[in-house]
Amino acid sequence: MVIRELSGVILTRGPKLCNFVEWRGYKVVYKRYASLYFCMCIDQEDNELEILEIIHHYVEILDRYFGSVCELDLIFNFHKAYYILDEILIAGELQESSKKTVARLIAAQDSLVETAKEQASSISNIIAQATK
Amino acid sequence: MIRSIRACKTAAEERAVVRKECAAIRAAINENDQDYRHRNLAKLMFIHMLGYPTHFGQMECLKSIASAGFPEKRIGYLGLMLLLDERQEVLMLVTNSLKQDLNHTNQYIVGLALCALGNICSAEMARDLAPEVERLLQFRDPNIRKKAALCSIRIIKKVPDLAENFINPAAALLKEKHHGVLITGIQLVTDICKVSTEALEFFRKPKCLDGLVKTLRDVVNSPYAPEYDIAGITDPFLHIRLLKLLHVLGQGDADASDCMNDILAQVATKTESNKNAGNAILYECVETIMSIEDNGGLRVLAINILGRFLSNRDNNIRYVALNMLMKAITVDAQAVQRHRATILECVKDLDASIRKRALELVYLLVNESNVKPLTKELIDYLEISDQEFKGDLTAKICSMVEKFSPDKIWYIDQMLKVLSEAGNFVKDEVWHALIVVISNASDLHGYTVRALYRAVQTSIEQESLVRVAIWCIGEYGDMLVNNVGVLNIEDPITVTESDAVDVVEIAIKHHSSDITTKAMAMVALLKLSSRFPSCSERIRDIIVQNKGSLVLELQQRSIEFNSIVEKHQNIRSTLVERMPVLDEATFSGRRAGSLPATVSTSSGTSLNLPNGVAKPAAAPLVDLLDLSSDDAPVPSSSGNDFLQDLLGVDVSPASVQPGTSQAPKAGTDVLLDLLSIGSPPVQNNSTPSDILSSSQDNKSSVAILDGLSPAPSGGAASMIDLLDGFVPNSPKPEDNGPAYPSIVAFESSSLILTFNFSKPPGNPQTTLIQATFTNLSPNVYTDFVFQAAVPKFLQLHLDPASGNTLPASGNGSITQTLRVTNSQHGKKPLVMRTRIAYKLNNRDVLEEGQINNFPRDL
Repeated sequence: MVIRELSGVILTRGPKLCNFVEWRGYKVVYKRYASLYFCMCIDQEDNELEILEIIHHYVEILDRYFGSVCELDLIFNFHKAYYILDEILIAGELQESSKKTVARLIAAQDSLVETAKEQASSISNIIAQATK
Repeated sequence: MIRSIRACKTAAEERAVVRKECAAIRAAINENDQDYRHRNLAKLMFIHMLGYPTHFGQMECLKSIASAGFPEKRIGYLGLMLLLDERQEVLMLVTNSLKQDLNHTNQYIVGLALCALGNICSAEMARDLAPEVERLLQFRDPNIRKKAALCSIRIIKKVPDLAENFINPAAALLKEKHHGVLITGIQLVTDICKVSTEALEFFRKPKCLDGLVKTLRDVVNSPYAPEYDIAGITDPFLHIRLLKLLHVLGQGDADASDCMNDILAQVATKTESNKNAGNAILYECVETIMSIEDNGGLRVLAINILGRFLSNRDNNIRYVALNMLMKAITVDAQAVQRHRATILECVKDLDASIRKRALELVYLLVNESNVKPLTKELIDYLEISDQEFKGDLTAKICSMVEKFSPDKIWYIDQMLKVLSEAGNFVKDEVWHALIVVISNASDLHGYTVRALYRAVQTSIEQESLVRVAIWCIGEYGDMLVNNVGVLNIEDPITVTESDAVDVVEIAIKHHSSDITTKAMAMVALLKLSSRFPSCSERIRDIIVQNKGSLVLELQQRSIEFNSIVEKHQNIRSTLVERMPVLDEATFSGRRAGSLPATVSTSSGTSLNLPNGVAKPAAAPLVDLLDLSSDDAPVPSSSGNDFLQDLLGVDVSPASVQPGTSQAPKAGTDVLLDLLSIGSPPVQNNSTPSDILSSSQDNKSSVAILDGLSPAPSGGAASMIDLLDGFVPNSPKPEDNGPAYPSIVAFESSSLILTFNFSKPPGNPQTTLIQATFTNLSPNVYTDFVFQAAVPKFLQLHLDPASGNTLPASGNGSITQTLRVTNSQHGKKPLVMRTRIAYKLNNRDVLEEGQINNFPRDL
């Protein structure tokens, strides 16, 4: 519902117009990257220009992680996009301003997942062997 | 799965695929499948993002969180955050898992828990887990510390009482070196200060404050640091957060503000503004300067920055500049006035957001000295603006003009221009006000009506313009034709009587005229038929064309006016005399919603009274209408009715006030009284029957007629309120008060029966009797039954009794309700035979009696 309404408003705006719209008493800041729009809804008191920076911060980190990220990457790996977002924002507030740190944390957690998977597959191998 | 969904070409196909997947997932859930749980959860999340319902998956999230492995927990928490929100009760079940995870040895799991908690916790969860989070604020790992800090923010927002606990840990965070922790710590402190004044005082202390200023200075002066660099500035986010905190701390406190002056000046001057990051910092800096205590130099600096922003080509920058200027006006209006020209340019910008902001800003800037040029600019722009914007623009222009107009002629000019351009966007109160002003500006009547005549030639589609024009032409038609009161700025114009009638005729016949306009046009025609006797026949022809109109109002007016024009020429001229000046003070007082303290009598003199009759007719009528407004429940709407009645407008049934429902029957009696009161002023030319068939000066008798006629067609509102004004003290028929005394219907040595009477509303023949039985003997009566019989002209109905055991010695009573309908109400009183049966110590007892002492008029 919300998404439909917002997309209606934002998609109709021309390229040269400013990146802020007012919507239902809040401000919505959007930034366009090729065919993707990143929107963030903020209160009246927040700094819009900073939000633009935050959006760009996030996109750059995604870029580094996926290596030249494109829309398909985000669709097929939405869960990873969310994990990265969780390292940047919590409760709507900025968490980490260093891209390097974020990348490091994500990499660490990914390796945990990898090791867990390997363990799981090796255990199932053992069990499979044992029950043969 | 994602691939298959994306391959779908139609929505129906997609729904089918999704349904299949959901079914598979549901089956897997039922089998409690461990292995594919995380994959199923991922699928569920995707489906949720597409917009389909996924509640069945919520328990899966919980199970996933509860499992031991990191991947499952990760996806479980993600599912939790996406599929659930704080309003779901299921969330409570997670609290325990969260608690365990917050104490987990694996710090990434602790991180996951903190993240989830921070994003969606509810107030209860916050309370439960706050101590854990507090502890984690001092954890050795900075990653955890920063997550804990942000989590604390949410906790404080949900449960403000807990804020005090976090003050000390938060203060410790301010001394961090790690940027991530520093940023989150600052954020936490900012939010604590917003919530708790105690914290505010704590952090305002010079020790803390100096530390913050030093941190900011370090960051501003720090050398190039690749990790945090954005657009040449080291960690702009940190800059901005620090500035925000300084804003909160400095607001309202002079000492704190002094501390920060230097650093603010440094930031304001040294930050480069060619990139967005720099501008973001400057914006925040200006915001801070504006909010802290006054320092002239800084303020000038800030406004200069804003001026620079305003002329920047980047739309974003201009937008934020306009935003800031609105706040700056309260601080330094003069400085903002200097930028007026640029702001005006912004009103015409291509960008809708900028236009809106600029318009609001312009509105704030208007004062007596600049209202004329500003209005001119805005009206010029009105012509070329697009439709969505016109509404806003018109409203603002009208409001500006009304508040600041230096003289009446300018006001009328501007309003005419606005009406010609955008009359359809003008609200009703606005053009009502215009008419009030016009009627008060008696020397401008000629000028106004001529200007309106010219305007209507070109802009007939603007409804409000047409309405104002036909009202004026009706009132001042003779001035139009005879070129009365020409001012030297006017071009000469000759208008013949038939030209004037043409205009009104076009208004009636125009396809876009609505009922109000047509009704007003009718009245105008009537007035013109008196002022231009030569056109009388033609006018009558126009009027009778509406005789068969389907709209009752038009039909009624058509027939009545036709009859006046044909048969009642002798009274016609007095009927449609020049209207007395509408009292501006009362009108604006009503508009503001306040009741007038004194009854107003129209003070202005009306022009050209052939005989003095019209004025007294107006005065008591105005008085009467004032009386009505005292009774009207909503003063502001009665204000509108007042004017609408005078203008002869008011066709919409929606304006009928609730007063109509109150006194339907009392109405007719009092109405006739009222008419006898109302008739003396006009008695010298009409009999009461004529009142019923002709129309009076201010068209309020149409309202009388409406009140009498069975089909109320609006406009009766104030009249019926009038009637209310005349029945303030008479007892209303629906009065349920104790008008009838209660009686002791039956009394014996062992039993008393009392009757209390009341009448249901609207039915005088029916009486409700509340019978109360009291036992006087020391023994309890059981199986108590009351029966009654009545003569044929009465109808009796007994409701079930409250009980059938009557306690002894008056310790309690039984009540029963009886309903009696008297078909001979008023002629014969009630009478009743009673039979009371009960058991006393298992012995049957029967008591009979007759009740003759009912009050007479039941």
